[in-house]
Amino acid sequence: MAKVKETASVISQEMLAEGIYSMWIHTEAIASQAVPGQFIDLYTKDGSKLLPRPISLCEIDREGGRLRIVYRVAGAGTEEFSHYQAGDPVDILGPLGNGFPLEEAEGKRVFLIGGGIGVPPMLETAKQLKGEKQMILGYRDSQMFLKNEFEACGPVAVATEDGSAGTRGNVLDAIRSQGLEGDLIFACGPTPMLRALKAYAAEKGMECFLSLEEKMACGIGACLACVCQSKEVDDHSHVHNKRICKDGPVFRAEEVEL
Amino acid sequence: MNMKVNLAGVEFKNPVMEASGTFGSGAEYSEFVDLNRLGAVVTKGVANVPWPGNPTPRIAETYGGMINAIGLQNPGIDVFTKRDIPFLKQYDTKIIVNVCGKTTEDYLEVVERLGDEPVDMLEINISCPNVKEGGIAFGQDPKAVEAITRACKAHAKQPIIMKLSPNVTDITVMAKAAEAGGADVISLINTLTGMKIDVNRRTFALANKTGGLSGPAIKPVAVRMVYQAANAVSVPIIGMGGIQNSDDALEFILAGASAVAIGTANFHNPYATVDVIDGIAKYMEKYGIDDINTLIGAVK
Repeated sequence: MAKVKETASVISQEMLAEGIYSMWIHTEAIASQAVPGQFIDLYTKDGSKLLPRPISLCEIDREGGRLRIVYRVAGAGTEEFSHYQAGDPVDILGPLGNGFPLEEAEGKRVFLIGGGIGVPPMLETAKQLKGEKQMILGYRDSQMFLKNEFEACGPVAVATEDGSAGTRGNVLDAIRSQGLEGDLIFACGPTPMLRALKAYAAEKGMECFLSLEEKMACGIGACLACVCQSKEVDDHSHVHNKRICKDGPVFRAEEVEL
Repeated sequence: MNMKVNLAGVEFKNPVMEASGTFGSGAEYSEFVDLNRLGAVVTKGVANVPWPGNPTPRIAETYGGMINAIGLQNPGIDVFTKRDIPFLKQYDTKIIVNVCGKTTEDYLEVVERLGDEPVDMLEINISCPNVKEGGIAFGQDPKAVEAITRACKAHAKQPIIMKLSPNVTDITVMAKAAEAGGADVISLINTLTGMKIDVNRRTFALANKTGGLSGPAIKPVAVRMVYQAANAVSVPIIGMGGIQNSDDALEFILAGASAVAIGTANFHNPYATVDVIDGIAKYMEKYGIDDINTLIGAVK
Protein backbone atom coordinates (compact mmCIF):
# COMPACT_ATOMS: atom_id res chain seq x y z
CA MET A 1 0.00 0.00 0.00
CA ALA A 2 1.41 3.33 -1.00
CA LYS A 3 0.08 6.82 -1.20
CA VAL A 4 -0.44 8.14 -4.71
CA LYS A 5 -0.49 11.66 -6.10
CA GLU A 6 -2.09 11.81 -9.49
CA THR A 7 -4.17 13.80 -11.88
CA ALA A 8 -7.49 12.01 -11.73
CA SER A 9 -10.67 12.86 -13.59
CA VAL A 10 -14.08 13.97 -12.43
CA ILE A 11 -16.85 11.51 -13.29
CA SER A 12 -19.78 13.57 -12.06
CA GLN A 13 -20.74 16.37 -9.75
CA GLU A 14 -24.02 17.44 -8.20
CA MET A 15 -25.25 19.74 -5.46
CA LEU A 16 -26.96 17.80 -2.66
CA ALA A 17 -27.99 20.74 -0.48
CA GLU A 18 -27.17 24.42 -0.18
CA GLY A 19 -23.36 24.57 -0.41
CA ILE A 20 -22.95 20.76 -0.17
CA TYR A 21 -21.55 19.01 -3.24
CA SER A 22 -21.02 15.41 -4.23
CA MET A 23 -18.23 14.52 -6.64
CA TRP A 24 -17.29 11.12 -8.06
CA ILE A 25 -13.64 10.85 -9.10
CA HIS A 26 -12.05 8.20 -11.29
CA THR A 27 -8.84 7.03 -9.57
CA GLU A 28 -8.05 3.32 -9.69
CA ALA A 29 -4.77 3.72 -7.83
CA ILE A 30 -6.35 5.33 -4.77
CA ALA A 31 -9.77 3.64 -4.83
CA SER A 32 -8.15 0.20 -4.93
CA GLN A 33 -6.58 0.67 -1.50
CA ALA A 34 -8.86 3.13 0.30
CA VAL A 35 -10.79 2.20 3.46
CA PRO A 36 -13.70 3.96 5.21
CA GLY A 37 -12.71 6.95 7.32
CA GLN A 38 -9.68 7.81 5.19
CA PHE A 39 -9.41 11.06 3.27
CA ILE A 40 -7.78 12.49 0.16
CA ASP A 41 -6.09 15.82 -0.49
CA LEU A 42 -7.38 17.89 -3.41
CA TYR A 43 -5.19 20.57 -4.99
CA THR A 44 -6.67 23.70 -6.51
CA LYS A 45 -5.65 24.91 -9.97
CA ASP A 46 -5.06 28.42 -8.59
CA GLY A 47 -1.33 28.95 -8.04
CA SER A 48 -2.02 31.43 -5.24
CA LYS A 49 -3.48 28.59 -3.16
CA LEU A 50 -0.67 26.27 -2.22
CA LEU A 51 -2.14 23.93 0.29
CA PRO A 52 -4.19 20.87 -0.54
CA ARG A 53 -7.72 20.57 0.87
CA PRO A 54 -8.27 17.42 2.91
CA ILE A 55 -11.69 15.87 2.19
CA SER A 56 -13.03 12.62 3.62
CA LEU A 57 -14.14 9.70 1.47
CA CYS A 58 -17.90 9.28 1.31
CA GLU A 59 -17.92 6.19 -0.86
CA ILE A 60 -15.29 3.81 -2.22
CA ASP A 61 -15.91 1.74 -5.33
CA ARG A 62 -12.86 -0.50 -5.57
CA GLU A 63 -14.03 -2.52 -8.56
CA GLY A 64 -15.01 0.57 -10.51
CA GLY A 65 -11.89 2.53 -9.47
CA ARG A 66 -14.04 5.38 -8.21
CA LEU A 67 -14.16 7.54 -5.10
CA ARG A 68 -16.97 9.79 -3.95
CA ILE A 69 -16.42 12.90 -1.87
CA VAL A 70 -19.18 14.99 -0.36
CA TYR A 71 -17.95 18.36 0.83
CA ARG A 72 -19.08 21.78 1.93
CA VAL A 73 -18.00 24.92 0.09
CA ALA A 74 -16.10 26.64 2.89
CA GLY A 75 -13.81 28.96 0.94
CA ALA A 76 -12.40 29.76 -2.47
CA GLY A 77 -10.67 26.37 -2.81
CA THR A 78 -13.76 24.24 -2.30
CA GLU A 79 -15.69 26.80 -4.37
CA GLU A 80 -13.36 26.01 -7.26
CA PHE A 81 -13.91 22.26 -6.81
CA SER A 82 -17.67 22.77 -6.87
CA HIS A 83 -17.44 24.05 -10.46
CA TYR A 84 -15.65 20.97 -11.80
CA GLN A 85 -17.62 19.05 -14.40
CA ALA A 86 -17.45 15.50 -15.72
CA GLY A 87 -14.16 14.97 -17.52
CA ASP A 88 -12.29 17.74 -15.74
CA PRO A 89 -8.88 16.85 -14.32
CA VAL A 90 -8.39 17.02 -10.55
CA ASP A 91 -5.08 16.62 -8.71
CA ILE A 92 -5.41 14.39 -5.68
CA LEU A 93 -3.23 12.63 -3.11
CA GLY A 94 -4.28 9.62 -1.15
CA PRO A 95 -5.41 7.53 0.48
CA LEU A 96 -4.48 9.38 3.66
CA GLY A 97 -4.94 8.55 7.33
CA ASN A 98 -6.01 5.38 9.06
CA GLY A 99 -9.80 4.97 8.81
CA PHE A 100 -12.35 3.45 11.19
CA PRO A 101 -11.32 0.11 12.75
CA LEU A 102 -14.24 -2.00 11.50
CA GLU A 103 -12.77 -5.12 13.12
CA GLU A 104 -13.36 -3.55 16.56
CA ALA A 105 -17.10 -3.50 15.81
CA GLU A 106 -17.53 -7.24 15.33
CA GLY A 107 -20.43 -8.61 17.33
CA LYS A 108 -21.22 -5.21 18.80
CA ARG A 109 -24.18 -2.84 18.45
CA VAL A 110 -22.64 0.13 16.67
CA PHE A 111 -23.67 3.79 16.61
CA LEU A 112 -22.51 5.48 13.41
CA ILE A 113 -22.74 9.18 14.13
CA GLY A 114 -22.17 12.06 11.73
CA GLY A 115 -22.65 15.75 12.39
CA GLY A 116 -22.83 18.32 9.60
CA ILE A 117 -20.05 17.83 7.09
CA GLY A 118 -18.94 14.92 9.30
CA VAL A 119 -21.89 12.92 7.89
CA PRO A 120 -20.29 11.86 4.56
CA PRO A 121 -17.45 9.62 5.84
CA MET A 122 -19.97 7.61 7.84
CA LEU A 123 -21.70 6.42 4.63
CA GLU A 124 -18.93 4.13 3.39
CA THR A 125 -18.37 3.07 7.00
CA ALA A 126 -22.07 2.11 7.21
CA LYS A 127 -21.92 0.27 3.90
CA GLN A 128 -18.90 -1.83 4.90
CA LEU A 129 -19.91 -2.49 8.49
CA LYS A 130 -21.62 -5.85 8.96
CA GLY A 131 -23.81 -6.50 11.97
CA GLU A 132 -26.12 -4.38 14.07
CA LYS A 133 -25.84 -0.69 13.44
CA GLN A 134 -27.77 2.48 14.19
CA MET A 135 -27.07 5.65 12.25
CA ILE A 136 -27.51 8.99 14.01
CA LEU A 137 -27.15 12.04 11.78
CA GLY A 138 -27.06 15.66 12.86
CA TYR A 139 -27.98 18.46 10.46
CA ARG A 140 -28.55 22.21 10.69
CA ASP A 141 -31.99 22.00 9.09
CA SER A 142 -34.18 19.85 6.87
CA GLN A 143 -31.60 19.77 4.05
CA MET A 144 -30.60 16.27 5.11
CA PHE A 145 -28.03 15.33 2.48
CA LEU A 146 -27.26 11.60 2.14
CA LYS A 147 -30.01 10.60 4.57
CA ASN A 148 -31.77 8.41 1.99
CA GLU A 149 -28.54 6.60 1.25
CA PHE A 150 -27.97 5.85 4.92
CA GLU A 151 -31.49 4.46 5.18
CA ALA A 152 -30.51 1.76 2.70
CA CYS A 153 -27.92 0.59 5.27
CA GLY A 154 -30.15 0.39 8.35
CA PRO A 155 -32.12 2.44 10.85
CA VAL A 156 -31.45 6.20 10.84
CA ALA A 157 -32.18 8.70 13.62
CA VAL A 158 -31.95 12.38 12.80
CA ALA A 159 -31.41 15.54 14.81
CA THR A 160 -31.73 19.04 13.37
CA GLU A 161 -30.59 22.23 15.05
CA ASP A 162 -33.73 24.08 13.98
CA GLY A 163 -36.06 21.19 14.79
CA SER A 164 -37.39 21.06 11.24
CA ALA A 165 -36.90 17.29 11.10
CA GLY A 166 -36.23 14.53 13.64
CA THR A 167 -35.23 15.47 17.15
CA ARG A 168 -34.62 19.18 17.76
CA GLY A 169 -31.03 19.61 18.93
CA ASN A 170 -27.92 17.53 18.41
CA VAL A 171 -27.13 13.87 17.89
CA LEU A 172 -27.00 13.18 21.63
CA ASP A 173 -30.47 14.65 22.00
CA ALA A 174 -31.63 12.20 19.33
CA ILE A 175 -29.95 9.25 21.08
CA ARG A 176 -31.51 10.13 24.42
CA SER A 177 -34.98 11.03 23.19
CA GLN A 178 -35.23 7.82 21.18
CA GLY A 179 -33.71 5.67 23.93
CA LEU A 180 -31.07 4.25 21.59
CA GLU A 181 -28.55 1.81 23.02
CA GLY A 182 -25.25 0.58 21.67
CA ASP A 183 -21.82 -0.82 22.55
CA LEU A 184 -19.51 1.16 20.29
CA ILE A 185 -19.42 4.56 18.59
CA PHE A 186 -17.85 5.58 15.30
CA ALA A 187 -18.26 9.34 14.82
CA CYS A 188 -17.22 12.31 12.72
CA GLY A 189 -18.31 15.90 13.19
CA PRO A 190 -17.51 19.21 14.84
CA THR A 191 -15.29 19.17 17.94
CA PRO A 192 -18.05 20.10 20.44
CA MET A 193 -20.04 17.09 19.21
CA LEU A 194 -17.04 14.80 19.50
CA ARG A 195 -16.27 16.10 22.98
CA ALA A 196 -19.85 15.40 24.07
CA LEU A 197 -19.76 11.91 22.55
CA LYS A 198 -16.53 11.12 24.31
CA ALA A 199 -18.10 12.06 27.64
CA TYR A 200 -21.30 10.13 26.78
CA ALA A 201 -19.32 7.00 25.83
CA ALA A 202 -17.32 7.16 29.06
CA GLU A 203 -20.53 7.54 31.06
CA LYS A 204 -22.18 4.59 29.32
CA GLY A 205 -19.06 2.42 29.21
CA MET A 206 -19.11 2.37 25.39
CA GLU A 207 -16.08 2.06 23.16
CA CYS A 208 -15.69 5.19 21.06
CA PHE A 209 -13.71 6.11 17.95
CA LEU A 210 -13.68 9.72 16.75
CA SER A 211 -12.51 11.25 13.46
CA LEU A 212 -10.79 14.58 14.10
CA GLU A 213 -10.12 17.58 11.92
CA GLU A 214 -7.46 20.31 11.92
CA LYS A 215 -5.80 22.67 9.45
CA MET A 216 -3.33 20.57 7.44
CA ALA A 217 -0.41 21.27 5.16
CA CYS A 218 1.53 18.22 3.96
CA GLY A 219 -1.19 15.63 4.69
CA ILE A 220 1.37 12.86 5.22
CA GLY A 221 2.74 13.42 8.71
CA ALA A 222 5.85 15.48 8.00
CA CYS A 223 4.99 19.09 8.81
CA LEU A 224 3.35 18.67 12.26
CA ALA A 225 0.69 21.30 11.54
CA CYS A 226 -2.38 19.16 12.31
CA VAL A 227 -1.62 17.78 15.73
CA CYS A 228 -4.10 16.98 18.48
CA GLN A 229 -3.29 16.54 22.13
CA SER A 230 -2.80 12.97 23.25
CA LYS A 231 -3.37 11.61 26.74
CA GLU A 232 -0.09 9.73 26.80
CA VAL A 233 3.28 10.64 25.32
CA ASP A 234 3.04 9.62 21.67
CA ASP A 235 5.46 7.02 20.32
CA HIS A 236 6.38 9.11 17.31
CA SER A 237 6.40 12.68 18.61
CA HIS A 238 7.62 11.83 22.14
CA VAL A 239 5.39 14.64 23.40
CA HIS A 240 1.63 14.76 24.04
CA ASN A 241 0.81 15.29 20.38
CA LYS A 242 -0.48 13.03 17.64
CA ARG A 243 -0.62 13.82 13.95
CA ILE A 244 -4.23 13.85 12.76
CA CYS A 245 -3.29 13.28 9.11
CA LYS A 246 -1.06 10.30 9.75
CA ASP A 247 -1.84 8.80 13.19
CA GLY A 248 -5.54 9.65 12.70
CA PRO A 249 -7.87 11.09 11.66
CA VAL A 250 -9.63 8.32 13.65
CA PHE A 251 -8.55 7.94 17.26
CA ARG A 252 -9.84 5.94 20.18
CA ALA A 253 -11.59 8.64 22.25
CA GLU A 254 -9.54 7.99 25.38
CA GLU A 255 -6.31 8.55 23.43
CA VAL A 256 -6.99 12.21 22.71
CA GLU A 257 -7.78 15.38 24.68
CA LEU A 258 -10.54 17.36 23.00
CA MET B 1 27.56 17.54 -16.90
CA ASN B 2 28.61 18.28 -13.32
CA MET B 3 25.95 19.06 -10.74
CA LYS B 4 28.21 18.45 -7.76
CA VAL B 5 28.83 21.32 -5.40
CA ASN B 6 31.20 21.57 -2.46
CA LEU B 7 30.30 23.46 0.67
CA ALA B 8 32.93 23.70 3.39
CA GLY B 9 34.63 20.52 2.23
CA VAL B 10 31.43 18.49 2.00
CA GLU B 11 30.60 17.31 -1.50
CA PHE B 12 26.92 17.20 -2.49
CA LYS B 13 25.84 15.19 -5.55
CA ASN B 14 23.67 18.12 -6.55
CA PRO B 15 22.79 21.48 -5.00
CA VAL B 16 19.20 20.57 -4.06
CA MET B 17 18.05 19.81 -0.54
CA GLU B 18 14.82 20.50 1.29
CA ALA B 19 14.26 23.17 3.89
CA SER B 20 14.22 22.23 7.55
CA GLY B 21 10.80 21.66 9.04
CA THR B 22 8.98 20.86 5.83
CA PHE B 23 10.23 17.30 5.41
CA GLY B 24 10.52 15.74 8.89
CA SER B 25 13.54 13.48 8.71
CA GLY B 26 12.56 12.27 5.26
CA ALA B 27 10.58 9.15 6.22
CA GLU B 28 7.18 10.44 5.13
CA TYR B 29 8.41 11.90 1.84
CA SER B 30 10.41 8.75 1.04
CA GLU B 31 7.07 7.32 -0.13
CA PHE B 32 7.21 9.84 -2.98
CA VAL B 33 10.85 10.77 -3.48
CA ASP B 34 13.95 8.60 -3.77
CA LEU B 35 16.01 10.26 -1.05
CA ASN B 36 19.16 8.97 -2.75
CA ARG B 37 18.59 11.59 -5.42
CA LEU B 38 18.79 14.57 -3.07
CA GLY B 39 21.95 16.55 -2.46
CA ALA B 40 21.11 16.41 1.22
CA VAL B 41 18.28 15.87 3.65
CA VAL B 42 17.97 18.71 6.13
CA THR B 43 16.12 17.48 9.20
CA LYS B 44 13.49 19.28 11.18
CA GLY B 45 14.99 21.20 14.10
CA VAL B 46 16.04 19.05 17.04
CA ALA B 47 16.59 20.26 20.59
CA ASN B 48 18.24 18.74 23.65
CA VAL B 49 14.87 17.62 25.03
CA PRO B 50 11.44 16.99 23.41
CA TRP B 51 9.49 20.19 22.61
CA PRO B 52 5.68 20.10 22.41
CA GLY B 53 5.38 23.01 19.97
CA ASN B 54 2.55 25.53 19.80
CA PRO B 55 -1.24 25.13 20.13
CA THR B 56 -3.33 24.69 16.97
CA PRO B 57 -4.22 26.09 14.52
CA ARG B 58 -0.57 26.10 13.58
CA ILE B 59 -0.90 27.03 9.90
CA ALA B 60 -2.99 29.19 7.61
CA GLU B 61 -2.91 29.64 3.87
CA THR B 62 -2.18 33.14 2.56
CA TYR B 63 -2.06 34.50 -0.99
CA GLY B 64 0.82 32.67 -2.68
CA GLY B 65 2.06 31.33 0.59
CA MET B 66 1.27 30.21 4.09
CA ILE B 67 2.05 31.21 7.63
CA ASN B 68 3.07 28.66 10.20
CA ALA B 69 3.74 28.62 13.90
CA ILE B 70 4.54 24.97 14.58
CA GLY B 71 6.83 26.05 17.39
CA LEU B 72 9.64 23.59 16.69
CA GLN B 73 7.86 20.52 17.99
CA ASN B 74 10.49 17.80 18.07
CA PRO B 75 11.15 14.52 19.88
CA GLY B 76 14.52 15.59 21.31
CA ILE B 77 18.06 14.48 20.53
CA ASP B 78 17.86 11.06 22.26
CA VAL B 79 15.13 9.75 20.00
CA PHE B 80 16.56 11.59 17.03
CA THR B 81 19.94 9.86 17.23
CA LYS B 82 18.37 6.43 17.78
CA ARG B 83 15.65 6.67 15.14
CA ASP B 84 16.14 9.42 12.57
CA ILE B 85 19.87 9.23 11.92
CA PRO B 86 19.87 5.43 11.36
CA PHE B 87 16.92 5.91 8.99
CA LEU B 88 18.80 8.51 6.95
CA LYS B 89 22.01 6.47 6.91
CA GLN B 90 20.23 3.95 4.67
CA TYR B 91 20.42 6.51 1.88
CA ASP B 92 23.25 7.82 -0.25
CA THR B 93 22.66 11.47 0.57
CA LYS B 94 24.25 13.98 2.91
CA ILE B 95 22.65 14.53 6.31
CA ILE B 96 22.28 18.04 7.67
CA VAL B 97 20.81 18.25 11.16
CA ASN B 98 18.98 21.44 12.08
CA VAL B 99 19.71 22.36 15.70
CA CYS B 100 17.43 24.49 17.87
CA GLY B 101 17.58 25.62 21.47
CA LYS B 102 16.30 28.10 24.02
CA THR B 103 19.69 28.94 25.48
CA THR B 104 23.27 28.77 24.23
CA GLU B 105 23.77 25.75 26.49
CA ASP B 106 20.83 23.96 24.81
CA TYR B 107 22.38 24.48 21.38
CA LEU B 108 25.79 23.33 22.56
CA GLU B 109 24.38 20.20 24.16
CA VAL B 110 22.82 19.16 20.84
CA VAL B 111 25.92 20.14 18.87
CA GLU B 112 28.09 18.01 21.17
CA ARG B 113 25.71 15.07 21.10
CA LEU B 114 25.91 15.11 17.31
CA GLY B 115 29.72 15.25 17.32
CA ASP B 116 30.19 11.50 17.01
CA GLU B 117 27.11 10.84 14.94
CA PRO B 118 27.40 10.14 11.21
CA VAL B 119 25.99 13.47 10.09
CA ASP B 120 27.67 15.73 7.56
CA MET B 121 26.78 19.24 8.68
CA LEU B 122 24.85 21.06 11.37
CA GLU B 123 22.46 23.87 10.59
CA ILE B 124 22.06 26.15 13.60
CA ASN B 125 18.55 27.61 13.67
CA ILE B 126 18.82 31.08 15.16
CA SER B 127 15.88 32.40 13.21
CA CYS B 128 12.66 30.62 14.12
CA PRO B 129 10.08 33.38 14.61
CA ASN B 130 7.62 31.13 16.42
CA VAL B 131 9.20 30.36 19.76
CA LYS B 132 9.35 32.81 22.61
CA GLU B 133 12.82 31.95 23.80
CA GLY B 134 15.85 31.09 21.72
CA GLY B 135 15.43 30.95 17.98
CA ILE B 136 15.04 34.43 16.69
CA ALA B 137 16.28 36.01 19.93
CA PHE B 138 19.73 34.96 18.73
CA GLY B 139 19.17 35.96 15.13
CA GLN B 140 18.33 39.65 15.19
CA ASP B 141 21.34 41.07 17.01
CA PRO B 142 24.70 40.86 15.24
CA LYS B 143 26.62 40.48 18.50
CA ALA B 144 24.37 37.58 19.52
CA VAL B 145 24.72 36.00 16.06
CA GLU B 146 28.50 36.17 16.27
CA ALA B 147 28.57 34.83 19.84
CA ILE B 148 26.29 31.84 19.24
CA THR B 149 28.14 31.06 16.00
CA ARG B 150 31.50 31.14 17.78
CA ALA B 151 30.22 28.95 20.61
CA CYS B 152 28.70 26.37 18.26
CA LYS B 153 31.78 26.34 16.04
CA ALA B 154 34.02 25.71 19.06
CA HIS B 155 31.96 22.66 20.08
CA ALA B 156 31.07 21.25 16.65
CA LYS B 157 32.93 18.43 14.96
CA GLN B 158 31.04 18.99 11.70
CA PRO B 159 30.98 22.16 9.60
CA ILE B 160 28.23 24.51 10.76
CA ILE B 161 25.62 26.36 8.76
CA MET B 162 24.07 29.42 10.42
CA LYS B 163 20.46 29.86 9.33
CA LEU B 164 19.65 33.55 9.19
CA SER B 165 16.42 35.42 9.72
CA PRO B 166 15.06 37.83 7.11
CA ASN B 167 13.37 39.80 9.91
CA VAL B 168 16.25 42.26 10.13
CA THR B 169 17.01 45.68 8.71
CA ASP B 170 20.23 44.68 6.95
CA ILE B 171 20.89 41.02 6.14
CA THR B 172 24.55 41.74 5.30
CA VAL B 173 25.23 42.74 8.92
CA MET B 174 23.96 39.36 10.12
CA ALA B 175 25.78 37.45 7.39
CA LYS B 176 29.04 39.17 8.31
CA ALA B 177 28.45 38.49 12.00
CA ALA B 178 27.98 34.79 11.29
CA GLU B 179 31.10 34.74 9.16
CA ALA B 180 33.06 36.57 11.86
CA GLY B 181 31.93 33.96 14.39
CA GLY B 182 33.33 31.19 12.23
CA ALA B 183 30.31 29.97 10.27
CA ASP B 184 31.32 27.56 7.52
CA VAL B 185 28.16 28.20 5.52
CA ILE B 186 25.12 30.44 5.90
CA SER B 187 21.58 29.57 4.89
CA LEU B 188 18.80 32.03 4.23
CA ILE B 189 16.06 32.97 4.41
CA ASN B 190 13.98 31.60 7.26
CA THR B 191 10.34 32.73 7.22
CA LEU B 192 9.15 36.34 7.39
CA THR B 193 7.05 37.13 10.44
CA GLY B 194 3.43 37.54 9.41
CA MET B 195 -0.14 37.58 10.65
CA LYS B 196 -3.53 36.59 9.28
CA ILE B 197 -6.88 37.55 10.70
CA ASP B 198 -10.00 35.48 10.13
CA VAL B 199 -12.58 38.16 9.44
CA ASN B 200 -15.56 35.83 9.82
CA ARG B 201 -14.53 34.61 13.27
CA ARG B 202 -12.85 37.94 14.13
CA THR B 203 -9.82 36.21 15.53
CA PHE B 204 -6.24 35.40 14.60
CA ALA B 205 -5.90 32.58 12.08
CA LEU B 206 -3.08 31.09 14.17
CA ALA B 207 -3.23 30.27 17.86
CA ASN B 208 0.20 31.89 18.13
CA LYS B 209 -1.21 35.10 16.55
CA THR B 210 1.92 35.54 14.42
CA GLY B 211 3.62 32.99 12.20
CA GLY B 212 6.34 32.63 9.62
CA LEU B 213 5.38 33.45 6.03
CA SER B 214 6.76 31.08 3.40
CA GLY B 215 6.02 30.09 -0.16
CA PRO B 216 6.37 31.83 -3.53
CA ALA B 217 5.09 35.12 -2.07
CA ILE B 218 8.46 35.63 -0.34
CA LYS B 219 10.75 34.55 -3.18
CA PRO B 220 11.76 38.01 -4.45
CA VAL B 221 12.71 39.04 -0.90
CA ALA B 222 14.75 35.88 -0.49
CA VAL B 223 16.56 36.27 -3.84
CA ARG B 224 17.44 39.87 -2.96
CA MET B 225 18.79 38.86 0.45
CA VAL B 226 20.83 35.97 -0.97
CA TYR B 227 22.31 38.34 -3.54
CA GLN B 228 23.18 40.91 -0.86
CA ALA B 229 24.67 38.29 1.47
CA ALA B 230 26.67 36.68 -1.33
CA ASN B 231 28.25 40.04 -2.07
CA ALA B 232 29.00 40.67 1.60
CA VAL B 233 30.65 37.42 2.72
CA SER B 234 32.88 34.76 1.23
CA VAL B 235 31.38 31.69 2.89
CA PRO B 236 29.05 29.61 0.73
CA ILE B 237 25.31 30.21 0.89
CA ILE B 238 22.35 27.85 0.84
CA GLY B 239 19.47 29.85 -0.63
CA MET B 240 15.81 29.25 0.04
CA GLY B 241 12.49 31.03 0.21
CA GLY B 242 9.58 30.21 -2.07
CA ILE B 243 11.34 27.92 -4.54
CA GLN B 244 8.70 25.95 -6.47
CA ASN B 245 10.55 24.87 -9.60
CA SER B 246 13.97 24.75 -11.25
CA ASP B 247 13.78 28.31 -12.60
CA ASP B 248 13.18 29.56 -9.07
CA ALA B 249 16.15 27.51 -7.84
CA LEU B 250 18.35 28.86 -10.63
CA GLU B 251 17.47 32.43 -9.61
CA PHE B 252 19.00 31.74 -6.21
CA ILE B 253 22.07 30.06 -7.72
CA LEU B 254 22.61 32.91 -10.17
CA ALA B 255 22.20 35.36 -7.27
CA GLY B 256 25.03 33.64 -5.43
CA ALA B 257 23.73 30.53 -3.65
CA SER B 258 25.90 27.42 -3.88
CA ALA B 259 22.94 25.23 -2.99
CA VAL B 260 19.19 25.62 -2.63
CA ALA B 261 16.50 24.27 -0.35
CA ILE B 262 12.87 23.47 -1.19
CA GLY B 263 10.38 24.08 1.60
CA THR B 264 6.71 24.92 1.28
CA ALA B 265 6.60 23.59 -2.30
CA ASN B 266 6.78 20.06 -0.87
CA PHE B 267 3.28 20.53 0.51
CA HIS B 268 1.95 21.50 -2.89
CA ASN B 269 3.98 18.95 -4.79
CA PRO B 270 5.62 16.09 -2.87
CA TYR B 271 7.93 15.54 -5.85
CA ALA B 272 9.15 19.16 -5.84
CA THR B 273 12.75 18.31 -4.85
CA VAL B 274 13.36 15.83 -7.67
CA ASP B 275 11.43 18.00 -10.13
CA VAL B 276 13.87 20.83 -9.35
CA ILE B 277 16.90 18.53 -9.80
CA ASP B 278 15.58 17.30 -13.16
CA GLY B 279 14.74 20.85 -14.22
CA ILE B 280 18.22 22.15 -13.42
CA ALA B 281 19.74 19.31 -15.47
CA LYS B 282 17.50 20.21 -18.43
CA TYR B 283 18.45 23.86 -18.13
CA MET B 284 22.15 23.00 -18.15
CA GLU B 285 21.65 20.81 -21.20
CA LYS B 286 19.65 23.49 -22.99
CA TYR B 287 22.30 26.16 -22.46
CA GLY B 288 25.32 23.85 -22.79
CA ILE B 289 26.52 24.37 -19.24
CA ASP B 290 29.03 21.70 -18.19
CA ASP B 291 29.45 22.66 -14.55
CA ILE B 292 26.80 24.07 -12.27
CA ASN B 293 29.51 25.87 -10.31
CA THR B 294 29.88 28.30 -13.21
CA LEU B 295 26.33 29.49 -12.55
CA ILE B 296 26.85 30.34 -8.88
CA GLY B 297 26.69 34.11 -8.54
CA ALA B 298 26.89 34.53 -12.31
CA VAL B 299 24.51 37.48 -12.27
CA LYS B 300 26.49 40.38 -10.87
